[in-house]
Amino acid sequence: MVHGEVWTIKELFVYPNEFIYWSIQIVMYPFMTGLVAGAFVLSSLYHVFGVKQLKDMARFALVFSFALLFVAPMPIVLHLQFPFRGFNIFMTPHFTSAIAAFGIVFSAYGAIVASELWFIYRKHFVEIALPLKEKQDKTLFEWFKYLVFCALTLGVYDISEESLKRDEKAIKILAGVGIPVAMFLHGYAGFIFGSVKANALWMTPLMPVIFIMSAIVSGIALCMLTYIVTMEIRKILVSRKKKPSHMPQTTEEIKGVEMHVIKMTARYLLFFLIAAISLELLDLIFRGYTAVKSWDVLRSVIYGRDFVDIFILQYGLGNLVPFILFLMPGLTIRRAVVGTILVLFGVFMMRWNVVIGGQAFSLTFAGYMHYHLPIIPHDWETFKEGLGGALSIFIMPFVLFWIFNKIFPVFSFEKSH
Amino acid sequence: MKNHVFRPLLVVIGLVAIVLIARLFIVPKDFGVWERGYMYGWHRKGNEDEWKAVKVKFQGREYCKDCHSQQYSQISGTPHFRIQCENCHGPAIDHPSDPPKLNIDRRRDLCIRCHSYLPYPTTVRGKIKGINPDEHNPGIECVMCHNPHKASKPI
Amino acid sequence: MKRRDFFKLSLKGVITAGLAKGLFELVKPEHILASTSNIRRVFLIDAQECCGCGLCIKACKLENEIPYESSVSRTWIERYVLTKDGKVHADATNAGKDGFTSTKIDLGMGKYKDIKKEDIKKAFFVPKLCNQCENPSCVQVCPVGATYQAADGVVLVDRKWCIGCGYCIMACPYGVRFFHPKYRTAEKCNFCYHRISKGLKTACVQACVFGSRKLGNLKDPNDPVTKTIMTERVWVLKEEYGTKPQVYYTNLSMEVR
Ligand code: HEC
Ligand code: HEC
Ligand code: HEC
Ligand code: HEC
Repeated sequence: MVHGEVWTIKELFVYPNEFIYWSIQIVMYPFMTGLVAGAFVLSSLYHVFGVKQLKDMARFALVFSFALLFVAPMPIVLHLQFPFRGFNIFMTPHFTSAIAAFGIVFSAYGAIVASELWFIYRKHFVEIALPLKEKQDKTLFEWFKYLVFCALTLGVYDISEESLKRDEKAIKILAGVGIPVAMFLHGYAGFIFGSVKANALWMTPLMPVIFIMSAIVSGIALCMLTYIVTMEIRKILVSRKKKPSHMPQTTEEIKGVEMHVIKMTARYLLFFLIAAISLELLDLIFRGYTAVKSWDVLRSVIYGRDFVDIFILQYGLGNLVPFILFLMPGLTIRRAVVGTILVLFGVFMMRWNVVIGGQAFSLTFAGYMHYHLPIIPHDWETFKEGLGGALSIFIMPFVLFWIFNKIFPVFSFEKSH
Repeated sequence: MKNHVFRPLLVVIGLVAIVLIARLFIVPKDFGVWERGYMYGWHRKGNEDEWKAVKVKFQGREYCKDCHSQQYSQISGTPHFRIQCENCHGPAIDHPSDPPKLNIDRRRDLCIRCHSYLPYPTTVRGKIKGINPDEHNPGIECVMCHNPHKASKPI
Repeated sequence: MKRRDFFKLSLKGVITAGLAKGLFELVKPEHILASTSNIRRVFLIDAQECCGCGLCIKACKLENEIPYESSVSRTWIERYVLTKDGKVHADATNAGKDGFTSTKIDLGMGKYKDIKKEDIKKAFFVPKLCNQCENPSCVQVCPVGATYQAADGVVLVDRKWCIGCGYCIMACPYGVRFFHPKYRTAEKCNFCYHRISKGLKTACVQACVFGSRKLGNLKDPNDPVTKTIMTERVWVLKEEYGTKPQVYYTNLSMEVR
């Protein structure tokens, strides 16, 4: 069967070769890169602009951004018909294509995040590696740990006051450089869509900017959510008196800090949410007002077929409701959780409505295509481009975060920069 | 390095070098910018020859002329002469060595492509003598009554 | 320190060599200079002469090894039926490979609409195939250089290099591209490159019963196709995308999408 035929249903006049070729994984791709960029921007707010209130969040956001970073290219790789040939974009990049630079922009960004992490955790690596070096009969595991951390120090064992000062400076510079690169990485994901002139819904110069704004929104929301979850776990640990040595607070103290951080971040969330919605509405109004050739079919998709997806789920449930939730005075943790989940859902629906919605109508402007997400997989393709694939992608950053947390401890870190 | 700050940069440079060196081995030698410039002509030249080497399947009417002169002369001059033999018999490829015999398609589907009447006066289709396949002797192969090579009505 | 210096030096050496080689491969001036080809393949379609028999589609699929039963095709036929109430009905069931044998218009999702003879204002068939654009947007967006334009203007796909991202499929305003059901790489009409490079006609041109399809060379002023394009009224599809399509039509109607 032709790729795409399984999940596409055609209606009225559609060219024979048209199918929904870009499916759920391409929805996941901008969603995930959005989270990466957003999380990084959040962490930079502290490092660069010195927003002190975000101190606790900053380090956490950075490590999480690093975990997400590894997941972000996965949707594309899974979507490729030949995943192993994906390396070709490093071998023979064709820079007139928006995708070609992906590998380079992405790696550059990855290098920045990794370096920043290295500077933050360098001291930690040395502190682990040195005692292990001294230790006489190491167990196999300790050997392994020793080698890993030795490699991680990159051969630098100097943790004098002076060198740490230099680290701090480097962190500041990297975080500063990182912001435009993170923006670029994601704005560029928007460019991939916005530059497809054949697609009437995608083609708008606003696309990259819209993508950046919603990226930051989703990144902040995810950080808030994960932050709350980890804080709750800490609370439970503390109340059970299983108090490990490195977390000396009481439940009340944790709660105070938590609420404070959440309130702070929520403000930024709202700001970017407003920016994102205004841009999207501007785009919509502009399309309706100029009403070029494609508007007839676009209108029938936006106000007709995809009405529920766009106006009820995305704008209503995903934007308006959390907006009200965060604006109402007396923000509680529970309301913040509901709010962030809804914001994440809203951003996901926005990606969905762009990617799937952009293929909901035919190039003939006289026919429609309906997407049916494969839920029960019956082969590899319907798994990876179905619910299973999407869920795996969604869970992966959390698993990675759990692993990274062992190398870059987020919470037990005493002296911060 | 006196300054440890540049360590990560070294790592990055090392990785870039690895990719560049890998390019030397992996990228085919004939991959480059060809006639149409970098925008449209960035490709592996050898692929053009790969496409040129694809096997030709349809031979054309003149190919059949010598061996099937009977059918050829029969059909020439009739309105069906404009139809290539292979349209009805399938691609000859290396016939008669491979396949030794071409398929003879006697299904009604073959004929109603053109002869099922469609009321489209503005095209040639509307001018071909048509029948309604549901009414014109349904169930019986057209060639039972009509000679396809003569495009004739039954006598 | 000495060892380190040596390391630094050799690293620098490797990088410069790699970069130089990489850049050199990117731009090879001699290739661009030696380019002017005296062939520019174009196509001319007379929409009036198409009878909708679909024999060209059949020939194309068999010639180019596109599984016959699959719904995709390198070329296809569209049917347009305009009724007296001003509506445009169009379909292209199965790319038209089995011809149009019924007056019923395919509405998709298993529904059909029969249009009576009395209601028809005008009706016609339009064969479609790759436009081998002068500025192919599909080539522009290929991230790895797996699709490209040959010197004679034909756009080809490298099946050994294509990563299957589908960006070219999304970028084509004409919807001619698809994933090959067997090879899983991007696939498109290439004017039967193996045939035209041997001086043969394309499979569809050869199969066409009423001469609706014609292949030509725009750089040859004596080519009858070129003469028609130069001297008669011709039309191209979706000119507004700026791709400069090179499949010309005569007797086309404005309703064609
Ligand atoms: C080199 C001579 C040669 C050429 C050229 C040739 N054929 Fe044949 N063809 C044969 C022979 C020999 C047979 C086998 C006859 C038999 O076994 O009865 C055959 C058999 C066939 C049959 C099956 C006849 C039957 O009774 O089953 C068809 C149909 C046919 N050819 C069509 C064509 C067409 C169409 C072409 C042109 C594209 C063509 N042939 C070109 C020699 C040729
Ligand atoms: C309109 C479709 C059509 C075209 C065009 C056509 N044929 Fe046939 N051909 C048939 C059919 C149908 C039969 C089977 C006739 C029968 O069973 O009585 C047939 C039979 C044959 C046979 C088997 C012997 C016979 O006469 O029954 C040969 C050989 C053959 N065709 C060769 C050719 C050649 C050569 C050409 C081109 C010059 C050609 N045909 C063009 C439809 C066609
Ligand atoms: C490519 C389209 C095409 C196909 C396929 C085709 N024909 Fe024809 N046929 C024609 C054309 C064109 C004429 C000439 C009709 C005219 O001038 O009105 C014709 C004429 C005829 C006639 C003569 C009608 C008359 O009264 O003059 C008969 C009988 C006929 N075809 C039978 C068949 C049969 C049987 C087949 C299947 C083996 C077949 N045709 C396949 C195009 C086709
Ligand atoms: C049982 C024998 C028989 C079969 C089977 C048959 N026909 Fe006929 N066909 C005839 C006869 C008899 C005529 C002449 C009737 C007339 O002139 O009105 C005819 C006439 C025609 C004509 C000319 C119509 C006209 O308006 O002049 C065409 C075209 C035609 N048939 C095509 C086909 C096709 C295509 C098929 C297969 C789908 C087919 N026939 C099957 C017996 C048959």
